[in-house]
Amino acid sequence: MNPARIVPVLLATLALALWPLAAGSYGIDFATKTMIFAILALSLELLVGTTGLVCFGQAALFGLAGYAVVQLSPADAPASLFWLLPVSMAVAAAYALFMGALSLRTRGVYFIMVTLAFAQMAYYVVHDTPLGGGTDGIYLSLKPVAEIGSTVLLDLGDPLALYYFVLGALALVFVFLALLLRSPFGRALAGIRINEQRMRATGFTTYPYKLAAFVISGAIAGLGGFLFAVKDGYVNPELLSWHLSGSVLVMIILGGIGHLRGAVIGAFAFALLQEFFKSEAIFGDFSKHWLLGLGLTIIVSVALLPRGLIGIGALLSRRLQRRVGGTL
Amino acid sequence: MSEVLLRASQLTRRFGGLVAVDGVSLELQRGTVHAVIGTNGAGKSTLINILSGELAASSGRVELRGTDITRWSQPRRARAGVGRSYQRTTIYPVFTVLENCRLAAQARHPRPWAWWADADACPHSVPAARDAAARAGLADWLDRPAGTLSHGQRRQLEIAMCLATQPEVLLLDEPLAGMGAEETERMLALLGELKAGHAIALVEHDMDAVFRIADRITVMVNGAVLASGEPQAVKANAEVQAAYLGGAE
Repeated sequence: MNPARIVPVLLATLALALWPLAAGSYGIDFATKTMIFAILALSLELLVGTTGLVCFGQAALFGLAGYAVVQLSPADAPASLFWLLPVSMAVAAAYALFMGALSLRTRGVYFIMVTLAFAQMAYYVVHDTPLGGGTDGIYLSLKPVAEIGSTVLLDLGDPLALYYFVLGALALVFVFLALLLRSPFGRALAGIRINEQRMRATGFTTYPYKLAAFVISGAIAGLGGFLFAVKDGYVNPELLSWHLSGSVLVMIILGGIGHLRGAVIGAFAFALLQEFFKSEAIFGDFSKHWLLGLGLTIIVSVALLPRGLIGIGALLSRRLQRRVGGTL
Repeated sequence: MSEVLLRASQLTRRFGGLVAVDGVSLELQRGTVHAVIGTNGAGKSTLINILSGELAASSGRVELRGTDITRWSQPRRARAGVGRSYQRTTIYPVFTVLENCRLAAQARHPRPWAWWADADACPHSVPAARDAAARAGLADWLDRPAGTLSHGQRRQLEIAMCLATQPEVLLLDEPLAGMGAEETERMLALLGELKAGHAIALVEHDMDAVFRIADRITVMVNGAVLASGEPQAVKANAEVQAAYLGGAE
């Protein structure tokens, strides 16, 4: 693998590992939340950036896993991480299988709308039925732990333990997807994105590939949903809303579609921009209109950086070369 | 007599009231180039689409080595040995020449579960891709992004991608389209080499090239076969001359 790509990733991982030494509880909570959204963004990147499937229902997979955590956890004792995590991911993956099996029969804008419809369906189930606790949402009474016998290996109720668990999960997802993309399966997904007709003519039955990508993406989004529910100890229907699906799409566009690093960078940039425009210290009363500032910044970023933030280096290098070439 | 690899019987394809292909029958034999000619809209590309499985026939039958494949999907036909190229180049421009061919070869050895495996080190698809690229005359261009190739080289890459799937039948839709004289010569030489091991259906408008390389010619008009036979017989056919060759000869 190219060292020019690996080194920044390793440095960023090291910086995140050291972050709790410098940050207070708010900083740790902020970074934990952002890393969870980075996992969600990576799950969508597999569909949009790799396979060319613009899914507008990713939040449903995220939120359903979160609801699974709360609904499946016993009220009187912490659940074991060893079964709750895979089951939550399986719930999201199962819904992704259902969503993908039907939505992949459509293409283009119809696909986008069908995935949105599936997400809204899940949203209204948790919003309008006792199962999801309505608009108020539901609380997780005890956070899961990893224990063997009476020895507690990991208590996710501890914010620092959760932080490092989330960092580990993000790193694992990143490495898994990086391996997946260079594998025959990943290359087939890339081929499907570029020219599905040619893939079929070559002998690939593309539907199972796309469906598998959908399920893997769902499981990863489910991992994010699990972590989010554990972090906040609370879930509400907004976790499944189209606003969140849209935000995640913006994250990967902002970071640079087609790059795993772009998805992570986009998630961090989006969260930092949100914090910036929400800051009363900087914007005073105007901070109430933070969405306006965020939206305008994203529009300008996308217009100036069509390849996303990850393309800044290449863009600056091209401009520098042009300038140097002009002066010679 | 040469072995018949692909046999189409009474193929018809209707689009509403329009009959694009009307009761066409033909046989593709190993070691022969069977050209399909006709004016624009005659139904040639539709016929190729039906033979490759991209379009379903409204009626009729397609057999591959005696097996009825009429209801087989396009990917299944491709894996069974029916390769095709398109009228418009359909390569993966961001991939290198080698990766274009490797991805095509991967269809025969998909290994989708091997998520840890490096596709570039695949012991099955990489040698097949190198071999296909070399046969198509692209051995010196393996590391070039396909999008930077000349038009003629892109058409060669289309053929290479077909070859990487190890087909027995090649359905080539206007492989000479847009080529200069030198590129045309190179492509004709390539088709001549490929003829030995394959049955080739060639849809083409370049009549000089067709009459140089084809062993059999089928002339289509309005979706139906006007004439079919050896090149000289077709060339001498008065109906063909009136309808398509403009009275040439």
